[in-house]
Amino acid sequence: MKKQKIKKSTLKELFKYIKKYTPLLILSIIFAVASVVLTLYIPIIIGNAIDYIVDADRVELDKISPLLIKVGIFAIIIALCQWLMNNINNKITFNVTKDVRNDAFDKIEKLPLKYIDSHSYGEIVSRMISDVDTFADGLLMGFSQFFTGIVTIIGTLVFMLILSPVITIVVVVFTPLSLLIAGFISKKTYSLFGKQASARAEQTAIIDENITNLKLVKAFSHEDEAIEKFDKANEELKKASTKTIFFSSLVNPTTRFVNALVYAGVALVGALIAIGNISVATISVGTLSCFLSYANQFAKPFNEISGVVTELQNATACASRVFELINEENEMPDKDNAIVLDNVSGDVELNNVEFSYTPDKELIKNLNLSVKSGQRIAIVGPTGCGKTTLINLLMRFYDVNKGEIRVDGYDIRDITRASLRKGYGMVLQETWLQNGTIRDNIAMGKPDATLDEIIEAAKASYAHSFIKRLPNGYDTIVSDENSSLSQGQKQLLCIARIMLALPPMLILDEATSSIDTRTELKIQGAFARLMKGRTSFIVAHRLSTIKEADVILVMNKGNIVEMGNHEELLNKGGFYANLYNSQFEPSEE
Amino acid sequence: MRRLLVYMKGYCKECVLSPLFKMLEAGFELIIPLVVASIIDVGIAGNDGSYIIKACLIMAALGLIGLTCTLFAQYFAAKASCGFVAKIRHALFSHISSLSYTEIDTLGTSTLITRMTSDANQVQSGVNLTLRLFMRSPIIVLGAMTMALIVDVKTSLIFLATIPLLALVVFGIMCLTIPLYKKVQNKLDSVLNTSRENLSGVRVIRAFRLEGNEKNKFHQKTEDLNKAQKFVGRISAIMNPLTYAIVNISIAILIWSGAIEVNSGNLTQGEVIAIYNYMSQILIELIKLANLIITITKSVASANRIQGVFEVQPSQSITLTDNNEKTDNVVEFRNVSLKYASSPEYTLENINFSVKKGETVGIIGATASGKTSLINLIGRFYDATCGEVLVDGKNVNSYDTEILREKIGVVPQKAVLFKGTLRENLLWGDKNASDSDIMRAIEIAQAKDIIEAKAQGLDFQIEQGGKNLSGGQRQRLTIARALVGKPQILILDDSSSALDYATDASLRREIAKIEYNSVVFIVSQRTASIEHADKIIVLDDGKIESIGTHSELLEKSVVYSEIYNSQFRREDV
Repeated sequence: MKKQKIKKSTLKELFKYIKKYTPLLILSIIFAVASVVLTLYIPIIIGNAIDYIVDADRVELDKISPLLIKVGIFAIIIALCQWLMNNINNKITFNVTKDVRNDAFDKIEKLPLKYIDSHSYGEIVSRMISDVDTFADGLLMGFSQFFTGIVTIIGTLVFMLILSPVITIVVVVFTPLSLLIAGFISKKTYSLFGKQASARAEQTAIIDENITNLKLVKAFSHEDEAIEKFDKANEELKKASTKTIFFSSLVNPTTRFVNALVYAGVALVGALIAIGNISVATISVGTLSCFLSYANQFAKPFNEISGVVTELQNATACASRVFELINEENEMPDKDNAIVLDNVSGDVELNNVEFSYTPDKELIKNLNLSVKSGQRIAIVGPTGCGKTTLINLLMRFYDVNKGEIRVDGYDIRDITRASLRKGYGMVLQETWLQNGTIRDNIAMGKPDATLDEIIEAAKASYAHSFIKRLPNGYDTIVSDENSSLSQGQKQLLCIARIMLALPPMLILDEATSSIDTRTELKIQGAFARLMKGRTSFIVAHRLSTIKEADVILVMNKGNIVEMGNHEELLNKGGFYANLYNSQFEPSEE
Repeated sequence: MRRLLVYMKGYCKECVLSPLFKMLEAGFELIIPLVVASIIDVGIAGNDGSYIIKACLIMAALGLIGLTCTLFAQYFAAKASCGFVAKIRHALFSHISSLSYTEIDTLGTSTLITRMTSDANQVQSGVNLTLRLFMRSPIIVLGAMTMALIVDVKTSLIFLATIPLLALVVFGIMCLTIPLYKKVQNKLDSVLNTSRENLSGVRVIRAFRLEGNEKNKFHQKTEDLNKAQKFVGRISAIMNPLTYAIVNISIAILIWSGAIEVNSGNLTQGEVIAIYNYMSQILIELIKLANLIITITKSVASANRIQGVFEVQPSQSITLTDNNEKTDNVVEFRNVSLKYASSPEYTLENINFSVKKGETVGIIGATASGKTSLINLIGRFYDATCGEVLVDGKNVNSYDTEILREKIGVVPQKAVLFKGTLRENLLWGDKNASDSDIMRAIEIAQAKDIIEAKAQGLDFQIEQGGKNLSGGQRQRLTIARALVGKPQILILDDSSSALDYATDASLRREIAKIEYNSVVFIVSQRTASIEHADKIIVLDDGKIESIGTHSELLEKSVVYSEIYNSQFRREDV
């Protein structure tokens, strides 16, 4: 019951996308009907023509020629109809695909971070790419096949009944037999497919393990043993595959055999009727030949339709996954009268902030903090203590559950997100580069920056020296997943971004974690200059880098357990003092 | 693709028999129109009921024989295709195993895995379908033509025009569309990458308020994709209608010329029907053939990709020489420089140092200063671009790789164990090691508690990726694995990162006591891990900044003191 409901809503959703193309769809259906009916009519004309070819000197050539010209004209009309129909179907399919993908992408830009954080990228991407492809192909192509299939079956039946009801019975009774057999075989092969899949998975695991760690295998000269293990799995897979492929390839020949029987049956009954051995209205040789060509084709739409049914099921499943994404709730939009924050001075205030990612696991509770413009706030604590959560709240990637955050006296929920985020410059531990040139990547926060400004920013972040050594310098194409840059170099580029944008407030989340200690020292200097006069929030492991902060927030399990400057906290001898001392434990000997 | 055909060896019989049986089946199918013709000309014309029944039974029997033939054909095809691909997979796996690090870097492991899995599968179904169907269609097409010509040459002359025309249409459109489909695929990839990028960079994109830009970019990309799809769609949509029109017009023509022939007494009505049936058969086969060609094109592309891997030859060659220099240096670097194939810059420049038996060498330097590159040269995982690396006084290029690597025990940065028992994993170091050898290695590696905690001991089953062990446990076991081989040279590449301080210290103490007096290389970013080494090599941007002991370096090395100070603030301690 529930499943049915989902399907209905999916179809409704789909209908919305197709609606735009209703005229095209109707046109496509008209062309389909026209081409199917004419296609079925051609054997009848040919049958008529054959009936005029009786014997030597008894052929009525003058009657045959107009029939054959008709065949030629019809063939051309059918071809045109089919071609137009194909194009229309393509247009509908590809346009719907595009529309759905665009909607899905627009949704990604508006989804709350909560959704994106809790789903794997691969899953969302596969909804946008392969699911959309499957459903567009399956649903629309499936529909057209289904439709032409039905029209063909009905048309053939009508024509056959008009020509000879008795032979029709022969065709109608035997044809479904091939479907039964096909169904029977595929059910039997199902378990074989399962076996093949598990043999394949086993082998893939070995391949994956050995090739991913090939360097290790080679370091231990372990190649021979690896090959031996692989060969065993390979042999298993070979056996399983051979069986599976053989049994699954039986479907076609057996249905062809049933078809041959139908063909022989039609020939038998038809011929016997023709000579009057079966006492019904007699038929001509031309009609018999027409029947034979119908018998040859009749099984085809049945096979296609049975394939289409599974395809349609699959397609609706895919479609519902895509629509689920598109129908996700948007991030709460900016208020209509939201303030555009300009000239931020950088006073930040957190009042009674309460927040948790899931209602059953409370994280931040009753957090109060007042930061004056230009102050430096360091956030420290063990992993998982909620440091990054605080940044999520400041940037308004997530909204607080209770309480409020104010910037320059305004509740950030009353400010447009764009202007709030413009006020911050953010460098995260997880670097991210966009597919594009280094130059574009640095200019992200200031797209109209000149090359000189960009180089200046790169120099300030100590990225210039490695950039200029790259094959194309600032025009070198980089991307997040596939680039020759080291993690540290990527981080330098991310730092260069904010060195260029120079926003009034800074958020540095482990901004130098991948940079070697020496470069880090230099960068700390640059940061120190940058932070002058700017409100900054810094998350770091290395306590030495945050000692100079005006306020240190010590977090543990989502709560701020201590707050104060370095001296105060050390003297207090609490959590912070412990953390600090554990990092600089003197060496043993 | 051609080179892969070698692996067909051993399946020649199947490769011949499968199409042969297919041919038989096709042959029987081609007889059917003749039987129909005889029903019309003899049975119906002669009002002979029993002849008709007999003829129809023959048709049914032909169908049954056809079915039997196909079963054989399918069986041989399945056997040949699966066997062929199993051989390819074996050869490919061995080939990949023979590649050196440089080739692995260039090809990339994910590519290699795809070649071995999905590409191999694609080839398998391609071969299978080729054996089964690719032979059938031309046989039916040509056979139908031959049979028609046998029935009546004059009437069937149209076949000689139709078939080349159809072939031209089918192959012409294929040739046009295949490169276009590739373009579509590239455009789709770009759509995929943009989606992925926007998910992984969601925070940065929103922080820099680029949502609008990204939307426009994406819409542009889907628009491009859409245009490319429609363009190729328009061309490939021509194929079926055009072949249909050609065949039906040919039918009209052949019935016309047939009618004339019948009128002049050279042909019977049944024979005209037979020729007509042959033409219809051609149409059905052509549609199948077109679909088949798409599958085959894909597998040819896969086969070529696989062959591409085979064509990559291991770049390292061995110049076997016996001239050992008499020396007590176990490892020596002479003016060694290294430049990776993918990089424009030298990663290591002018490295000179030597190590004597029993010495411990620390290697320190910033990230990407060349530490791992340096130790990779010892086991000849890469070839030095210039200069010489000597192990026991002999250039590493003149060693049999296996003998060279037996001398070396490597503990890589990433602690990886394989699926299998603990013993199997530890035997990697030396496959002939006894259990007591293994236990000794485990003891040195401070991993005894791990074994003792497992009821199955050395038979403990490790899961894929070592998931059922903690990072620290895996790391100690990888150290044990390297020690099982009692290596002359032990290399620890930043491999105590997951160990706590006390374990790290006792590990170093135990290693120093090893009875076979290994040379030990310790790569680290932390001065604490190497300060007791006999020799510390400080790398800076691929060059040796200085070499010395801890206390010497504190005096003379700027880089070393900087690193040391950044980790141990004097004033804090």
